[in-house]
Amino acid sequence: MKAPLLARWRRPGEIEAPPDAASAVLRSDRFRLEREGEWRRLEAILARMEGGSMRRVSDEDLLALPALYRTAASSLAVARETSLDAATLAYLESLVQRAWFQVYGPQTGLWGWLRGFLLGGWSRAVREIWLDLCIALAAMVAGTVVGWLLVARDKEWFWSLVSPEMAGPRVPGADREQLLETLGTEANADGLSMFAAYLFSNNAGVAILAFALGFAFGIPSLMLLVHNMALLGAMLFVFSGAGLTLEFSAWLSVHGTTELFAILLAGAAGLHIGRSMAFPGERSIMAAAQQGGRRAAVVMSGVVLMLLVAAFLEGFTRQLVGSTSDRLLIGGTMLALWLAYFFAYRPRNRSGDGT
Amino acid sequence: MSNYSPTMIPASLAKRRRHVLTPEGLALPLTIASRGSRIGALVLDFTIIFFGMLVIGMVMVWILGDLLEQLMTDEDGKVLGAAEFVIVFVILLGFLARYGYFLGFELGPRGATPGKRIVGIRVAARDGGQLSAEAVIARNLLRDIELFLPLVFLQVAPTGEMGSAGVAGMIWFAIFMAFPFFNRDAMRAGDVIAGTWVVEAPRARLAATLSTQGAATGASEVTGARYSFGEAALSVYGEQELQTLERVLRDGQEEAIVSVHAAICRKIGWEPGSGDERAFLEAFYAQLRAKLEGDLRFGKRKKDKFS
Repeated sequence: MKAPLLARWRRPGEIEAPPDAASAVLRSDRFRLEREGEWRRLEAILARMEGGSMRRVSDEDLLALPALYRTAASSLAVARETSLDAATLAYLESLVQRAWFQVYGPQTGLWGWLRGFLLGGWSRAVREIWLDLCIALAAMVAGTVVGWLLVARDKEWFWSLVSPEMAGPRVPGADREQLLETLGTEANADGLSMFAAYLFSNNAGVAILAFALGFAFGIPSLMLLVHNMALLGAMLFVFSGAGLTLEFSAWLSVHGTTELFAILLAGAAGLHIGRSMAFPGERSIMAAAQQGGRRAAVVMSGVVLMLLVAAFLEGFTRQLVGSTSDRLLIGGTMLALWLAYFFAYRPRNRSGDGT
Repeated sequence: MSNYSPTMIPASLAKRRRHVLTPEGLALPLTIASRGSRIGALVLDFTIIFFGMLVIGMVMVWILGDLLEQLMTDEDGKVLGAAEFVIVFVILLGFLARYGYFLGFELGPRGATPGKRIVGIRVAARDGGQLSAEAVIARNLLRDIELFLPLVFLQVAPTGEMGSAGVAGMIWFAIFMAFPFFNRDAMRAGDVIAGTWVVEAPRARLAATLSTQGAATGASEVTGARYSFGEAALSVYGEQELQTLERVLRDGQEEAIVSVHAAICRKIGWEPGSGDERAFLEAFYAQLRAKLEGDLRFGKRKKDKFS
């Protein structure tokens, strides 16, 4: 029942005047002709709103919108019972639907949402999934320990955890100088931003995967966390074998405090969906998935931001700042900032912000 | 909840009709978008993104051609600062294009990406309430595992590179991909998580009233004849035939008008003349509708000629 494409180029307001209501033979058509003007006014307002220019909608029209919407809705209810004019019914259905979408559509655009999100919405969502955060953290710690223990028991495990091209010179039994070199810095910033951008795309993919796998009751999210952290544990073992535990930790902490935190949040968000679906409580599974999903989505938007920061830190700062103490300072500061934002920053919940 | 159902919709469409209860207690009819139109919209969107990136790439090459030349052929393998910036820009743009495009458009007043708009569908909240930003974000985050991972696994699994893990992964993601085909509302996993569904957004225009024009109100303009039909002639047909007749009159195709005219005349036992078919049909339409709507007010509905 779509209008021909050309007809849509008509400017709203260019309509021929409807015939006089008294001229209609049928009662249902008289009903229609008496109300047609209001329908058309509603349609014109909707067309302007859908065009995205709220400035072109006058205050008067905006105030009239709810009333016009209800008028159209009641017209539809009456027409269904009294009129057999299919064209009018189809028009009214589409009109009421469009009006409904405008009256109950997203109230904020992307920017408005972003403001509410940064000013409290994000940190509140993170606090709301605290239990999943604890579970995911436990999984990550366990993964690191497992990685360490596996490699400590049998060097072969290292190769099943870490791919050769990723490991490079960082292999079990490598000597101290070689390992120190991998923790070194670049002389200048050439080529680093490219590296950072690549890291970001890559990590964002992993984080989104961790979130999305929450759909399977969170189990794959946990497995992904454990596997990724086992890799870290294996590396940690290699460096500690050469007595470089502190240096490696410092090198990692520059971006790791942000990046691992982001991956922790992503895993927790996925787990949150899985947990709400597995234990919906009083709600239906659908409703539980929906509530968990929306909360997790807020956390995930933040995760993408965190990964941008982490990629910048990893690409530039880590490769340019050399001393162990400086590196630890940067990493520690970042961690403190994140913790402060998530758990100490609690603005009053105004209505209409990002949750 | 109204028991209203239009009489001229095919069964496949009737299966996709839902009612949403708006906050003011109205039953608003919605039609779930067909899976085909959603795939079409997705293909359109990716085409738009692809060509958008291509155009930006072309412009960049055109502006920064020399720079890229240097990038390809540098003496000591060092990447220049400016060229490096260009590459960073491209990588980040790729990420933003995918997510920003879908998020920005679906959060807009139309609740639909350009691809969806062309096809005539939009995103809506399943509970009849507001479509929130979180819902839009959630449904778009899951697109990756529904679409791209299965494709990756489909390429990897047959090669046997990942062994049985690859096959297991392929089956697992195939479930995601086939998700919309296993529920009545054609929801993909992202829709389930977000509490949304994709519905048709028809944009019908108000057509002219048929009963105020031509012979519906009186005499035929061609011959001056007045048609009036008796009770017996008008009780032959029902609502479905009335709406078919309405379509014929609105389309105004000459052959259809002639053949419908002949059919009606046969049915009610008139001798079909020629040259004044439209006036005849207009009069018949108006009088049939008057009768059927009159019966409607007394609670009598006649679905079609067989009832």
